Amino acid sequence: MKTVEDLRRLREEVRNMTRLREGEAEVRIVVGMGTCGIAAGARETLNTFVSEIAERGLANVVVTQTGCVGLCEREPVVEVNAGDGRTLYGRVTPEKARRILLSHVMGGTVIEEWVTRN
Amino acid sequence: MNLHRAHVLVCAGAGCVSSGCLSTMQALTDEIAKLGLDREIKVIETGCIGTCDLGPVIVVYPEGVFYRNVTTDDAREIAHEHLLKGRTISRLLYRNPLTSQLVQTYGEMEFFNRQIRIALRNTGVINPEVIEEYIAREGYEALARVLTTMSPEQVIAIITASGLRGRGGAGFPTGKKWNFTCTAQSEEKYVVCNADEGDPGAFMDRSILEGDPHTIIEAMSIAGYTVGASKGYVYVRAEYPLAVKRLQLALDQARRYGFLGDNIFGTNFSFDIMIRVGAGAFVCGEETALLASIEGRRGEPRPRPPYPAVKGLWGKPTLINNVETFANICPIILYGAEWYSRIGTEKSKGTKVFAVAGNINNTGLVEVPMGMTLRQIVFDVCGGIPGGKEFKAAQTGGPSGGCLTKVQLDVAMEYEALVAEGSMMGSGGLIVMDEDACMVDMARFFLDFTQDESCGKCTPCRIGTKRMLEILDRMTKGEGRVGDIEALYGLAENIRETSLCGLGQSAPNPVLSMIKHFRSEYEAHIREKRCPAGVCQALISYNIIAGKCRGCGLCARVCPTSAVSGKPKEVYRILREKCVNCGACLEKCPFGAIVRS
Repeated sequence: MKTVEDLRRLREEVRNMTRLREGEAEVRIVVGMGTCGIAAGARETLNTFVSEIAERGLANVVVTQTGCVGLCEREPVVEVNAGDGRTLYGRVTPEKARRILLSHVMGGTVIEEWVTRN
Repeated sequence: MNLHRAHVLVCAGAGCVSSGCLSTMQALTDEIAKLGLDREIKVIETGCIGTCDLGPVIVVYPEGVFYRNVTTDDAREIAHEHLLKGRTISRLLYRNPLTSQLVQTYGEMEFFNRQIRIALRNTGVINPEVIEEYIAREGYEALARVLTTMSPEQVIAIITASGLRGRGGAGFPTGKKWNFTCTAQSEEKYVVCNADEGDPGAFMDRSILEGDPHTIIEAMSIAGYTVGASKGYVYVRAEYPLAVKRLQLALDQARRYGFLGDNIFGTNFSFDIMIRVGAGAFVCGEETALLASIEGRRGEPRPRPPYPAVKGLWGKPTLINNVETFANICPIILYGAEWYSRIGTEKSKGTKVFAVAGNINNTGLVEVPMGMTLRQIVFDVCGGIPGGKEFKAAQTGGPSGGCLTKVQLDVAMEYEALVAEGSMMGSGGLIVMDEDACMVDMARFFLDFTQDESCGKCTPCRIGTKRMLEILDRMTKGEGRVGDIEALYGLAENIRETSLCGLGQSAPNPVLSMIKHFRSEYEAHIREKRCPAGVCQALISYNIIAGKCRGCGLCARVCPTSAVSGKPKEVYRILREKCVNCGACLEKCPFGAIVRS
């Protein structure tokens, strides 16, 4: 550590270590992880979100999980809470998860054809 | 870098460690690994969260779900239910003691959402053993800014304008102290951090050192640059092994990153910090005794002036600040004096950490804006008195302070207002007493402490406190004499006026303030040989009311000394000569037939 710039560079690198605890997230992705969700592959979906977010360095997005929401036949169910309100997606595969992240979370465009209503 | 979807914070302050958090954390970590979640979920050992009576405590982020009293089995359940399946476990949530409602998250708890955490901003949030987590939260930015863009005079101007005052007890303006040390002429100067926290019940300094050691290192370095010192000492008591360990680790990390050492941030400022471990004598919290102890001499105070700012460690100008004072420095540098001085009252700026203990629902550490009333702290933040009992008094300032009573509940907790009420801020200990507390016994307790801790150098403190303690001891045994109260006043006056240091000068305070507010209790002890609160063992007796006794015999069975005699279905009787006043019979009697008087 020689200069102030070194410190700031390091801070940017380690910034994500604590951000999750600071409640600053603008987007919250909630994955249904009840027994039904897990059986339908929700873990892979969840892990896809987590690793994609890490790869793209999206600091303002958090992924959490919830239990069965009563839509077992449409699992894995994913809710995206963003500035545009709450959107519920059904049957979210890892591939769909990647698309939702790109289009909805990063691009702001809801993918209407996958939206499910309860 | 691997990004985790959830952070599980396990409080590892000394309070939670003693309630078993380390085995809870181990169980949690093992179970997470067993479920294959260890790449997604990070378990973090953190400093004191503040809710010490609820330990072991676990907070799950990003939701912020707060679990209390988590056993190893509970931890495994959290891994299975919450972390794997996303189901909150209601059984382990906190219940508001006043409304009985379950509280889901950290942010919804009154205990937390009424606090403003500045000194404790990182405590219970970061892992104190990982310097990068501190850096992620603007750590060492204040030092960088000071060293590269500010002159010592500018730093002093900001600290002075912020209105920050010493958090160790006396409340001396910090900016002034820094200025005195800065302007003292000497080749060599020192910065000392007073971590010899001694008030019974106060533990904010320990929690800061355990939970956020880097903020102290950073603030001491800023102080070193400002006053012109290149060496610092942290004087911490040996009873705080975890604080010493984490501080040592933090010092090593800071050296490795170059935050300590030569030419910090490429400037020509060099600074390093050493730890001095004290043996836990109360008097060593007094600054001149503390300096003597660092020098390797017996920890005894000397008369002031000269003040340490002029003649301190090894005769050189020395800046001494308390841990909590230092913990406020970096935020003031980062966010400015104006931001800081908006919090608090006209003369007491910022926040104060209180260690709340005694008869209170939420014991622990709270950081609130200066000027919050005692009522708000006791009833709103800390959830009131347990068991539906009445608030009787609160002791502030520890054994050097005084008590506040029910009529003083609306006093603003700030330096001047507390002094005006005959108490003091002290280091922020707050001991709450309910209707069952005996004020003679409490005064005796505090005096017993100061008498024991008197270093013995000056006569009034050494002998005077002993004589006062003897009088109080007699009172609690039913041997009080008419004239005792006057004798206490006389002794107190002399001890206050003639003692060498703050320990002696303030030792009579609890006695005086308790006599002032509860004189009738003292008189009852002396004249009627009666303890109104029923605490002093020698002054109470138990009796069975004949009309209420149904002759069940339960009292006779629970009595450990066979002091209850009688036959079933007849009225029982307590034998005075055998009774040891333990109260077991009174607790058990189903008919309320036993009374204490």
